[in-house]
Amino acid sequence: MSSGYLSLTDADREEMLAAIGVSSVDELFEQVPVGVRLDRELDVPPALGEAELVRHIEELAARNVHTGAELSFLGAGIYDHYVPSVVDVVLSRGEFLTAYTPYQPEMSQGVLQAIFEYQTVICELTGMDVSNASGYDGMTVAADACFIAKHAVPDRKKIVLAETLNPQVRQVVKTYAPGFGLEVVEVPHTGGTTDPEQLAAAAEDAAAALFQQPNFLGCLEPAPDLAEAATEAGALAIAHVDPMSLGVLEAPGTYGCAMAIGEGQSAGNWPSYGGPHYGFLAARRDFIRRMPGRIVGETVDMDGQRAFVLTLQTREQHIRREKATSNITTNQTLLAFAGLATLSWLGPQGLREVGETCLALAQYARERIPLEPVFDAPTFKEVAFRTPIPAREVIKRARERGVHPGYALGRDYEGMDDVLLVAVTEKRSVEDIDRLTAVLEEVCQ
Amino acid sequence: MTEQTSAQPDTTPLIFERSRAGRRAGRPPRPGLPVPELPSSLRRATSPRLPELSEPELVRHFTKLADRTFGIDTGFYPLGSCTMKHNPRVHERLAGLPGFRDLHPHQEDEGAQGALELMWRLQEMLAEIAGLPAVTLQPAAGSQGELTGLMLMRAYFADHGEERDTIITADTAHGTNPASVTMAGYKLEKVETDARGNLDLDDLRGKVNERTAGLMLTNPSTLGLFDEGIEEVAGIFHDAGALLYYDGANLNAVVGISRPGDMGFDIVHYNLHKTFSQPHGGGGPGGGPVAVRERLEPFLPVPRVVQEGDVYRLDSDHPKSIGRVRGFAGPFGVFVRSYAFMRAYGPALKEMSEVAVLNANYLLAQLRDAYDLPYDRLCMHEFVLSARALKREHGVTALDVAKRLMDYGIHPPTIYFPLVVPEALMIEPTETEPKERLDDFVDAMHAISEEAAKSPELLKDAPRSRPVRRLDEVRAAKQPIVRYDFGARVHVEATAAPTIPEDRGQAEA
Repeated sequence: MSSGYLSLTDADREEMLAAIGVSSVDELFEQVPVGVRLDRELDVPPALGEAELVRHIEELAARNVHTGAELSFLGAGIYDHYVPSVVDVVLSRGEFLTAYTPYQPEMSQGVLQAIFEYQTVICELTGMDVSNASGYDGMTVAADACFIAKHAVPDRKKIVLAETLNPQVRQVVKTYAPGFGLEVVEVPHTGGTTDPEQLAAAAEDAAAALFQQPNFLGCLEPAPDLAEAATEAGALAIAHVDPMSLGVLEAPGTYGCAMAIGEGQSAGNWPSYGGPHYGFLAARRDFIRRMPGRIVGETVDMDGQRAFVLTLQTREQHIRREKATSNITTNQTLLAFAGLATLSWLGPQGLREVGETCLALAQYARERIPLEPVFDAPTFKEVAFRTPIPAREVIKRARERGVHPGYALGRDYEGMDDVLLVAVTEKRSVEDIDRLTAVLEEVCQ
Repeated sequence: MTEQTSAQPDTTPLIFERSRAGRRAGRPPRPGLPVPELPSSLRRATSPRLPELSEPELVRHFTKLADRTFGIDTGFYPLGSCTMKHNPRVHERLAGLPGFRDLHPHQEDEGAQGALELMWRLQEMLAEIAGLPAVTLQPAAGSQGELTGLMLMRAYFADHGEERDTIITADTAHGTNPASVTMAGYKLEKVETDARGNLDLDDLRGKVNERTAGLMLTNPSTLGLFDEGIEEVAGIFHDAGALLYYDGANLNAVVGISRPGDMGFDIVHYNLHKTFSQPHGGGGPGGGPVAVRERLEPFLPVPRVVQEGDVYRLDSDHPKSIGRVRGFAGPFGVFVRSYAFMRAYGPALKEMSEVAVLNANYLLAQLRDAYDLPYDRLCMHEFVLSARALKREHGVTALDVAKRLMDYGIHPPTIYFPLVVPEALMIEPTETEPKERLDDFVDAMHAISEEAAKSPELLKDAPRSRPVRRLDEVRAAKQPIVRYDFGARVHVEATAAPTIPEDRGQAEA
């Protein structure tokens, strides 16, 4: 049977084979040596028509417990913020959906302009001068930033990571670092935050120091002090930030960071079991020619009309090959457009209001929930609580009651088996937190 | 096909230029609770200048930008090596099911059984297609799959106590191959292509030795040619104790026909956005799963998706693993689309590749007399023509041909790649195009070759039908303006910088 995604009729095929001068499709494959041909049918499940396909995949989807099916306070890097309907407008336009990298600018002014606007929004959020067109996610952009640091500070072969940086970010950096010839050192937390003096000591011979604001434990770091400590030690200060916090939290560019990176998911992407999302990477102007990936610039056409184009391509793999600043090619443009749409829908006032709502709800949770907060540091939208029984057991029991109470920090941190990280967003309400409180009272008995 | 001449000069304001202070669309919930005071050193002092638009204007803005973008949905898009095939719309509906879209990646495994089963089933199908037993779905794109593959090689040789520091690539390789080699900390050695478009075996034998970690190869190559000596190539590397990496960029030519594992490759990446129809999204997302032979399995990234009886779970207990290359278990929404695509075809995925190859050969047969054909063979899913005769005789370049195609309503092919072909035009029609669209392209290409002789200024002046004419790319690179500056026109960097030659502005994906 022939798939509905194919367009040739039998008559077309005959005509085309005749034009080529062969009698069968098999003849076209004679260049494939007999010894490497597959002499049987592929052993994959039989074809499904669209209606059957939808039914099968709907059945799989129904076996997942999503954030609409249980009241969820899961965060820990991926957040259930509201995705506005204007995102649907962007994602459903076939021109955006089915275009590729805008190599031919005359065909792609819309995509190019949207990337330019995205770059501007990221620069405004982070206080930086330049942003690329997106990276894979909030983890790989950290490795990208380390690759920049390796070349920008060539006499130093060490990267410092705050232990309060997202564990998955640290894991990805550690996977990439050997290939970069970099050693990775971690700075432990002190009461939930990073001590600037410890960071300074570790960064003394490091190319870069990375920390996260708000950090993975939910605490607000003394970010300006950390940036200053790293910079004074001669390392590049790199902040990993949550875009949805940047209406109320200071921009990394303002407190002296060399680069700002982060996971864009919270601004405009659904959780989607981990992706696809977009990572952002923004930097001070000094690093523009070391940036990885696509960058769109403004120029003019032959008539002097404003236009946009991929620029500084001499950084990139298709021109510079083994001397490129990165191997990145395919990126996350469509997800970044969802971010642009969301942040434009919110505007400066809406972004600040989201931040204030998160702050207020987190404070409410902190006061209301009958568990002891583990850390004294101020928080943004996540609070770590000490549980009387292992956090994983709390999660299990609470889920039986229709509430996912949060993330078990013992998954990543030794000695934290009794710590539960509760996340709120503007989608949670006072009543939701009251329900969580009631469930935790019950299951922590 | 007739030429379009309707374009008018047309500027579109930036979203920031549509902005008006105090206007807004979104109104987030305000719970009526006190907002705790932040320490002043952490509190934002100056608001980011985000756009301020009402929803109607926001929708119009994005609609306008979409109107100024050409996708597969708009028309023929034979961008070589990028596999711009139709993206079935049912995929968007499926990826948007709440059970997938709203599933938190930290959800307990027992609350994500459907997602894990989908990933496990996808792994199984990918393994069968590659002819290799173990698959990781984690890499985010083909280039990250490449890097993952090279890290696997490094871990494998370290585990065997061998020191090997060199990776060999073809001179026809995508730029990502050498870039990945550098990022993985390897040295690069290049091997030449012979007169038939295969790897030069003599050159290869002289370069493979005990320092060689492996080969990275695209097969069929970026010339659209299957390497007829692939069995000898695999033998040379395996005899030297080295590994073979298959760049799956061109897998669309051989699904169900020839399996990389059977060709002798030890590691394979797939481009889910090419072969298995994840929409390209103006640049991404993609997906770059990697399959390996048994002996490399212990080194695969974690977490891995495993099946135990009827239960699926994420498994990170692999002490020899290279670690994590990306967040979570991979770009899940991409997996939903590619899984749906593969289930819609079933074993007829072979027919997908057959038609891709048929379409390409049909175009090649129709165009070979109007343009130079550097390697005179049947092609696979794509082929490379050269405009060198047009350049020599009429002074028009591959770039001019590409720009003129726009006036015929067609997206240009990939140009100036692969580097071994001067004035290259790399054409990949894919299997989803009907014969009429292929014939439109043939007519346009013939018309352009005639125009090149009779009125070359039509090509030099092209495009005339697009919202903008040719751009000053040198200016963009010399004086980069990479963000809107709210009226204060300042270049991000004022110093002079290397510029891109006009004819080197593009390559594959």
